[in-house]
Amino acid sequence: MTSKAIIQVKNLVAGYGDDIILDRISFEVYEGEIFGILGGSGCGKSTLLKHLIGLLNPLSGQIIIDGEDSTLCDETAFKQIIRKFGVLYQSAALLGSLTIAENVALPIKEFTDLPPPSIENLVKMKLSLVHLEGYENYLPSEVSGGMQKRAGLARAMALNPKILFFDEPSAGLDPIISAELDQLIKQINKNQGTTMVIVTHELMSIFQVAERVILLDKLSKGILEEGEPHYLKEHSRNAFVKQFFNRLIEPAA
Amino acid sequence: MNNQNASPISDYHITEDGAERVTLSLSGGMDVTNAARLIELFSSWIKARRPQALIVDLQGVHYLDDFGALVLLELKYLMDEGQRTFEIRNARPEIEPLIHFEGLEKRAPLIKNRPPGVPVRMGAAAIRIGADIKYMVSFIGSVFLALLYTCRHPRSLRRDDTLYYMQKTGVDAVPIVGLISFLLGVIIAFMSAAQLRQFSANHLVAMLVGMGMVKELGPIMTAIIVAGRSGSAFAAEIGTMRISDEIDALFTMGFDPTRFLVVPKIIASVVVVPLLTLFSDLFGILGGLFIGISMLDLTAGAYLTETIRSITLGDVLVSYVKSLVFAFLIAWIGCLRGFQVRGGAAAVGQATTSAVVSSIFLTIVADAVFAVIQRYW
Repeated sequence: MTSKAIIQVKNLVAGYGDDIILDRISFEVYEGEIFGILGGSGCGKSTLLKHLIGLLNPLSGQIIIDGEDSTLCDETAFKQIIRKFGVLYQSAALLGSLTIAENVALPIKEFTDLPPPSIENLVKMKLSLVHLEGYENYLPSEVSGGMQKRAGLARAMALNPKILFFDEPSAGLDPIISAELDQLIKQINKNQGTTMVIVTHELMSIFQVAERVILLDKLSKGILEEGEPHYLKEHSRNAFVKQFFNRLIEPAA
Repeated sequence: MNNQNASPISDYHITEDGAERVTLSLSGGMDVTNAARLIELFSSWIKARRPQALIVDLQGVHYLDDFGALVLLELKYLMDEGQRTFEIRNARPEIEPLIHFEGLEKRAPLIKNRPPGVPVRMGAAAIRIGADIKYMVSFIGSVFLALLYTCRHPRSLRRDDTLYYMQKTGVDAVPIVGLISFLLGVIIAFMSAAQLRQFSANHLVAMLVGMGMVKELGPIMTAIIVAGRSGSAFAAEIGTMRISDEIDALFTMGFDPTRFLVVPKIIASVVVVPLLTLFSDLFGILGGLFIGISMLDLTAGAYLTETIRSITLGDVLVSYVKSLVFAFLIAWIGCLRGFQVRGGAAAVGQATTSAVVSSIFLTIVADAVFAVIQRYW
């Protein structure tokens, strides 16, 4: 892929206090690709995501999103940066007191000057994109987990951000719904050119959607491998990478 | 198509030919950055000119997302309203799928769930109150069973939890209960002194403060503070456990949630709240003493003798028993509201509010019952 890098992570050191979780990691995510961040439990996937979306500040290093360093900029510039991405949280994180339509309408109302009837139409378009027609007036607690995820996706893409982050998108979903969500991710990526960054350990999803992945390692606190998932599965020389991709219990010989 | 290419619409052209046919030729990009402006611009233009037919030419549009599609949809609605012709031409193949407007052919506002009428709401409220009372009764039953079990098997009591709640409900509340009661004593003494001085009955301030604090205000004030501090905390804690399935987990592990969660809270409250009340009585009297000495020219000895003369041991015991009952009610209703939580974070908030309101209400009702009983004792 010859596209430019839309996210650049340079020598990122992340951790909590003295407890270092990621030690000097660097990678790039290119514009328009579906990028996977993988690793076993406790290797720092979620910590990395929290740093990418600005919820945590790195101990040192740089995170450059669409040309701007999110670790250095002031609050106004940071607000501009967060408008460039949407996040689908593991629990969908819909506001429980608002209906699904109101959840999706919330960012549109806040950040555009569209008149209310137009916002309603736009919300309908967004919800039909994630196949949730007819559920506009339901509260999040009244629909299933898969529907909550899709509504969360519609809210994350409400303002058509350049980048979408997904935290464990298939967690808690059955294989069929999870495959549907994967399809949706691919479809949106193809139609709108949105860059997707997916944090997961769900192998099926990775092979389905991810074009390139990094695999984090708990021991070295760094990146073990970087590349195309099918290729890594077959050709990686690293025993742990083989073990991970082939779902082996013992390290591969 | 890639939204990285998006740029605000660069140009538009309006050509009118004879029969009120208007062609709107757009070029550039249509997205979130210009949708609101374009809708306003073109809508007001259409409303002013009222063309019979509007043809939108998208030949020059290289980027269009759903915000751009929304602009076209709004124009379509406007034209459809007057049963006039609307047509989109020359859309690029990658834009084509976005402007089909499936399911959006007609403007249909999202129908908000309208609030039901008064009779329906009254009926629903009656059913809800009935169910609430039923649940209260069954919950008090299960609490008594759990307490009975704990009496028969004292080792089953979660001792660390009980001590923890004793600290949270009792020890941690001593400063605020002390301060509020002291101020209460000061206020009673101060207000009454102004009246009693006219009759040279300054020494009666001690009696007024003592009786007022011990018989009524000590237990009630303590109960209100405990309801606000601990009743709400119990409801929030159990409510949060409820929505995160922790209570279901306890149940499937073979624990009785009532015995596990409610009994330590009730026992802790029943033990420490009466002691807090004694503290409250004492600090109230100290507040009165402070005013007595500093403003009413009474000696500490005279004040305290008058206080001791006016309160009997019976009064203190009644105060103790009252606050024991209040403590039980507060802990019980706090836990009950926690268990009743259904749904999400908002429900926990409601349960907390409801725990405080219900426990203060029940405390006052119980106090009234005590007053009647004492009158006919």
